[in-house]
Amino acid sequence: MIEWFTWVQVAVAVAAGLFCVIRGLVGRAPNDLTLGSAALVELLLVVQVVVALVAPGAGNPPTGSLLEFWVYLVTALLLPPLAIFWALIERNRWSTVIIGVACFAVAVMVYRMNEIWFVQVA
Amino acid sequence: MSDQGSTRAVGAGRVLIAVYAVLAIAATARSAFQIATKFEIAPVAYLLSALAGIVYILATVALIARGRVWYRVAWITICFELLGVLVIGLASLIDPVLFPADTVWSYFGRGYLFIPLALPILGILWLIRTRPDAGGH
Repeated sequence: MIEWFTWVQVAVAVAAGLFCVIRGLVGRAPNDLTLGSAALVELLLVVQVVVALVAPGAGNPPTGSLLEFWVYLVTALLLPPLAIFWALIERNRWSTVIIGVACFAVAVMVYRMNEIWFVQVA
Repeated sequence: MSDQGSTRAVGAGRVLIAVYAVLAIAATARSAFQIATKFEIAPVAYLLSALAGIVYILATVALIARGRVWYRVAWITICFELLGVLVIGLASLIDPVLFPADTVWSYFGRGYLFIPLALPILGILWLIRTRPDAGGH
């Protein structure tokens, strides 16, 4: 993992989460902006996959369990597409809130992935 | 709303269900990993985590599905979760060795932003609001 990139990713996911939850609560159905923010979160996760594949071979191995890291990463990868899929079938305000919830969940999971990679509490 | 539709998967309830689904995936995947790699460290806690994950899945299904039987299943699973997070939360404070910090209910769900503590309460409020009619049907 690249630490600064991870923090950017957490920040983007939190921002997208706040944005979508607020948009949803004021009654907006999902639109290009909110769906796009979830797509951006997903794109950064795909970049993270590439980083995670390359990093151990480039002198940046995880200090924790690589398997656990991947369980988180694969699960996180599933969330934005599911939320976007839901938003495309169900076009109402609550789908926008759900996109936001998925983005928040991704933020928490990326934060945990960062801990698995860099921080070990013995 | 049509008669065929779910009576609970409407409006804000959908958000509740989405959060339940995420928690179900998270708890189940994590406990599967823990049981596969470090079961011997805390077998009781990891088995309870797996049980919690399965109950979250069941609760998610029960909230989506319609009918009185599922309504009852939703009540049972959500109350089980509330009981679980309270009892295990307390037990983890008293005996940290038996319940290490990385299970879904330890320290009242601290590792999951206390969502496991808040969710059953919101779930119960939602079930009360969407109670099927006593008469009719």
